[in-house]
Amino acid sequence: MEMFGDPAIWLPFAFAGLMGLSILIYVVLDGFDLGVGVLTPLADGKEKDMMIASIGPFWDANETWLVLAVGLLLVAFPAAHGSILTALYLPCVLLLVALILRGVAFEFRAKSTGAAHKRWNLVFFIGSLGASLAQGFMLGLYIMGLKVTLATVGFAFVAALALSASYAFIGACWLILKMEGELQWRAVAWARRGLFAMIGGFAIISVVTPLVSERIFDKWFSFPEIILLSPLPIAAAAVGLILFRLLERSPMEGDRLSWAPFALASVLFILAFAGLAYSFYPYVVPDQLTIYEAASAPESLLIILIGALFVLPVILGYTIVAYTVFRGKATKLTYY
Amino acid sequence: MDTLILSRIQFGANISFHILFPTITIAMGWALLTFRLRYVASGDERWMAAYRFWVKVFALSFALGVVSGITMSFQFGTNWPGYMQTVGNIAGPLLAYEVLTAFFLEAAFLGIMLFGFNRVPGWMHILATVLVAIGTTLSAFWILVLNSWMQTPQGFEMIDGVAHATDWFEIVFNPSMPYRMAHMLLASGLTCAFLIAGISAYRILIGDQDREPRMTFRWSVWVAAALIPIQIFAGDQHGLNTLEHQPQKIAAMEANWETGPNVPLLLFAWPDEAERRNDFEIAVPHGASLILTHSLSGVVPGLNDYYAEDGTALHPPVAALFWSFRVMVAVGLAMLALAWFGAFMIWRKGGTTLLNPWLLRGFVAMSFSGWVATLAGWYTTEIGRQPWLVQDVLTTEAAVAHHSTGMVASSLALYLAVYAVLLIAYVAMLFILARRAAQGSLPEEPERSGAATVAVAGE
Repeated sequence: MEMFGDPAIWLPFAFAGLMGLSILIYVVLDGFDLGVGVLTPLADGKEKDMMIASIGPFWDANETWLVLAVGLLLVAFPAAHGSILTALYLPCVLLLVALILRGVAFEFRAKSTGAAHKRWNLVFFIGSLGASLAQGFMLGLYIMGLKVTLATVGFAFVAALALSASYAFIGACWLILKMEGELQWRAVAWARRGLFAMIGGFAIISVVTPLVSERIFDKWFSFPEIILLSPLPIAAAAVGLILFRLLERSPMEGDRLSWAPFALASVLFILAFAGLAYSFYPYVVPDQLTIYEAASAPESLLIILIGALFVLPVILGYTIVAYTVFRGKATKLTYY
Repeated sequence: MDTLILSRIQFGANISFHILFPTITIAMGWALLTFRLRYVASGDERWMAAYRFWVKVFALSFALGVVSGITMSFQFGTNWPGYMQTVGNIAGPLLAYEVLTAFFLEAAFLGIMLFGFNRVPGWMHILATVLVAIGTTLSAFWILVLNSWMQTPQGFEMIDGVAHATDWFEIVFNPSMPYRMAHMLLASGLTCAFLIAGISAYRILIGDQDREPRMTFRWSVWVAAALIPIQIFAGDQHGLNTLEHQPQKIAAMEANWETGPNVPLLLFAWPDEAERRNDFEIAVPHGASLILTHSLSGVVPGLNDYYAEDGTALHPPVAALFWSFRVMVAVGLAMLALAWFGAFMIWRKGGTTLLNPWLLRGFVAMSFSGWVATLAGWYTTEIGRQPWLVQDVLTTEAAVAHHSTGMVASSLALYLAVYAVLLIAYVAMLFILARRAAQGSLPEEPERSGAATVAVAGE
């Protein structure tokens, strides 16, 4: 095993894996709570409160995965962190402002009444949508190799819409799990529409990605890769079909399978993420900088890795505890 | 204005906004734990009411701290790429440990702390409170380790212009770390104590006489009175440490131009950096020598010693340091006077009679005095490191990203607008919460006593 002999090889690989895992967990977890935020204008006052109550105990910890992902990029691949974030300066600023507004809106809307309450609801929606759009825009520009032209920015806007729709979709699936009665029915309707938007968006991204980069095209469409990789799109299509059929019959009697749309939506996210990760490996800055070139010194990486190996299982453990404490249908939340 | 100046203002604005909230939450985590445990020990519902009231303030401060903290972690990459490229091997692991050990701990257990009282057993709610308090403190620990290392770097070697760690023990326990840590944790304790005292006093003044504000007021005045002499001692020790390791910072704080003995303490002066002298000096003879060396004739470093070969100044901007240091000390002394006077009044009256309204008004006026002192102290230490980003290793100028001026200016304007709105909203919300709590009924009817409910607010 040559690869595991040389720390300058396996350490960057391990960190790319950890970073990928953080991004994936972030996209699924904060994805659903951002998505719930995007859906709030479709609901009336009481329903909004219920929807936001369903994510209240979780959003903070969910967002921490973004900090970990950016943190790992920062500490493990400092050269890439600089060039990616300077290239994405404006969407980064917008993302941050959106996350700030949304994060504080949770607190302020809970403590205000009347017109102020409505205003903070609006801030909450704008923050959720803004953060989703900014993340999609960043993804789109990243796929385009961080180059800024009319065409790449146009594509980035499409990606922004696609990711926002996907977040709204997984948010709706979360609501199917956490809501009852009328609101659950409406969540099913939202999820049905969201599924099409997500599949459409990701189809566009899947078609365009290999077309912009010859390297990515070759990685997918040469023999035998095309055979070995075929399970990925086939699985995605199958999950999409199952979801479609499932949503047609939801919500089921006795709340049966109400967890399934969210679980399957997560699987769709994982498959899409796996496809992107495969496309870009070993580059961290597309076609410019590989993870091996961008990595920090091995001795620093080793120090972090030791800590991460002890701490990550603990984090996963207490994340599960938190989700267990607040399991079941959402109820109104009070501060005690 | 050029990109460097704008980026510095932007980073300064971000960190100034950010630091306000950890400064509150670090100590408030422990204050909440105290309230929670006193409730268990005494069975007195008022301690639980205090917990319920202040946990809302904690949650609000925490949310603002988290979102502005995320901004900081992006800023390194968007505006200061040279920082991580040069010292990433050292800053990286420290920041990673902050996220791994502290950030997740507080974020995950905050949910249980805020909303879990009726869902989990009492011991688990207390445990969540303990873990959140530990998390915020650990978070401060890692950040201050990194910040101290930037001031007094050691335990590394430079290879091809990139810092490589040679001794992690030396990096973590760098010479200024213990002093900075003590000074900051005490600053947090004082900021939190004055905030609790101020808002409690406000509630008492508007008629909330019989319930928990009296208990929290007394408690926080005692805490403030006890902490402030310790803080003055810690600050003095911190200054001596700075004199040893960053004499040019001390020279700028004192606006002292020539190295020499018998240096006076300037109470007022207008430092003129172009002429390299001070105007309008009002001074206490031998004062600076006495404070800094604990001897009337001690030698104090002067700014004129800090020049590069080509004549550029290698000392920090003098006026900014001179004034921010004096603001910190002045606010600190005002806090000392008020806290001790308040403690004396409470002791004399034994807490049985009504407190003097003017004393209460004094505490309301000083509710945010901790913020002023902390910011002034933070400017002293951070501007005092200039022109270095990492002392003697990396200049601020070498780390900046070369964006167009317009891009940095527009992002700066956006941040400033958001921060201004949020700061006003935050302070207003504290007083709204206090008013609502004071007007509300007894704690047995929590929803009307202003207990913010995520789901049913607005009813």
